[in-house]
Amino acid sequence: MRRIALLALLAALAATGPARAEEDEAARQARWRDLRHAVFGDRTLEDGAGTITLEAPARALDAALVPITIDLTGPARVKTVYLVIDANPSPLAGTFHFGPAADTHELRTRVRVDAYTLMHAVAETEDGRLFVAETFVKAAGGCSAPSTSDQKLALERLGQMKLKRVGAGAVRKGTDAVQLLISHPNFNGMQMDQLTRNYTPARFIQDIKVTRGDALVFDLESDISLSEDPAITFGVLGKTPTPITVEVHDSTNAVFKQSFDLPGNGT
Amino acid sequence: MYQCGSSRTEWRSSERHICARSLVPILAALWLVASTPAVAAPLPFAMTEAAPGIFVRQGLDQDATAENDDAIANIGFIIGPEAVAVIDPGGSRGDGERLRATIQAMTDRPIRYVVMTHGHPDHIFGGSAFLPDHPVYVGHQRLAGVLVERGKYYRRRLVETLGTDRAGDYVMPTLLVGDHAQIDLGGRVLELQAHAAAHTDNDLTILDRQTGTLWAGDLLFVDRVPAIDGSLTGWLKVLESLKALPATRAVPGHGPPVVSWPEAAADEQRYFTTLATEIRALIAKGGDIETAVTTIGLGERGKWQLFDDYNGRNVTVAFKELEWE
Repeated sequence: MRRIALLALLAALAATGPARAEEDEAARQARWRDLRHAVFGDRTLEDGAGTITLEAPARALDAALVPITIDLTGPARVKTVYLVIDANPSPLAGTFHFGPAADTHELRTRVRVDAYTLMHAVAETEDGRLFVAETFVKAAGGCSAPSTSDQKLALERLGQMKLKRVGAGAVRKGTDAVQLLISHPNFNGMQMDQLTRNYTPARFIQDIKVTRGDALVFDLESDISLSEDPAITFGVLGKTPTPITVEVHDSTNAVFKQSFDLPGNGT
Repeated sequence: MYQCGSSRTEWRSSERHICARSLVPILAALWLVASTPAVAAPLPFAMTEAAPGIFVRQGLDQDATAENDDAIANIGFIIGPEAVAVIDPGGSRGDGERLRATIQAMTDRPIRYVVMTHGHPDHIFGGSAFLPDHPVYVGHQRLAGVLVERGKYYRRRLVETLGTDRAGDYVMPTLLVGDHAQIDLGGRVLELQAHAAAHTDNDLTILDRQTGTLWAGDLLFVDRVPAIDGSLTGWLKVLESLKALPATRAVPGHGPPVVSWPEAAADEQRYFTTLATEIRALIAKGGDIETAVTTIGLGERGKWQLFDDYNGRNVTVAFKELEWE
């Protein structure tokens, strides 16, 4: 319930904003002050330099699919990462809770961006400190853009997953860098069926839990800001033969679960 | 660009330009028609006659600016024995009004149809200029939904560029084509074909069997880099079906007003095939979309206008399609 109340508050903050494309820097910072208060209360947010960076394209090529990279480079182990897209209808895009099987050095995902906006990533370390990184993205219309050219295909493919090893970047010794793809239209209630011209009811992923054996890699509380067919790149510890299990819950209470054996890479 | 003198230098054996018609009587007629001298009458375009009765105004290889009035797409009309069909009413109010003035200067026949090849603003925001003619507005069956969904956003963006008065507006289609349809201009029958997702998910082409002319809209980009807003693999399939049509020339959505068909499809096919091949290879070795947008298709740079403005987005659209193959 607490989370629902928070989301409602965040949505209300987003809805009261002025014409967003013309927002100036002062208005953007004011919006962020409201949002950080809603999410973190009066807790101190320290400058993330040396601990967390957030990378996104300065100008998005596709507002419905904006790739972002969060690098976590600090000495303290991070237990939670919050991703906030300030001007989105639902600004708290995702909260990653890391478990013991996570390599917490890098996360990548793809998000929707509805207006020119500041974006924030906040890392919470094991000792309870908060570190923030900020970037600005020029993109617009990502939330109401058609979610897919072919909703029929999207529903046929609903819940299919792929997990694959990805190239260098996040790869460290003893770590498997993998990308998880989940086929899900992540309808946010703002898209329309082009034949019936009815709004497509919201149906989006609320939770993605990844485990290796019995150990948690991460549990992501997500929302309508993840792109269609969400993609998450992350590092996972553990011996290669141990299968990785993914469990996805969406807002219609559908559950998709699949286990993967990673092909060996010699590590 | 629209001077008769300069277009005459572009004459090729396979095409004819309409500059043979003097602009003087056209302008005189408009001057007589103009009721209020305070309001400047729209000046007609110089048109290319792509085939007998098929007139095309070539768009600029630019994105919309206040200076170009969003006159960036190839637009035009087909004159039949009894009526006229507009094919894409233009990118703004001014673009549409000038196209309408061009038709009125050339024929008394009524404008019975305004055909929209797809929902992108550079092709349809002149639509409202034709409302006084009460034409049937024709589009792909998905066009109405696309305009309900994106129309306001397109209008807002165009107003930012051109201002409220000059932006113009689209008109909702009143005749939707689900698969195939014909419109009759009085013995001259145009065949309309709705396509699966390719350039967009609402592409409509027009075949004039009488002259063997395919009005391809934005399924055919020549010189200017194609923009993928639908499906890369779908577009390649649609090109194959269009190549099989009984047409010897085509009107591209961007590029020269008329080209040889199906030869003119080759550049676009090569670009799409290159993207597909390179993206599939990258996906197979675990590459991600961030790498793709900076590395894929670069061999095509220099072969297209506006390449750097669109290739990255094309790669993004194609990558998310191909990673699920």
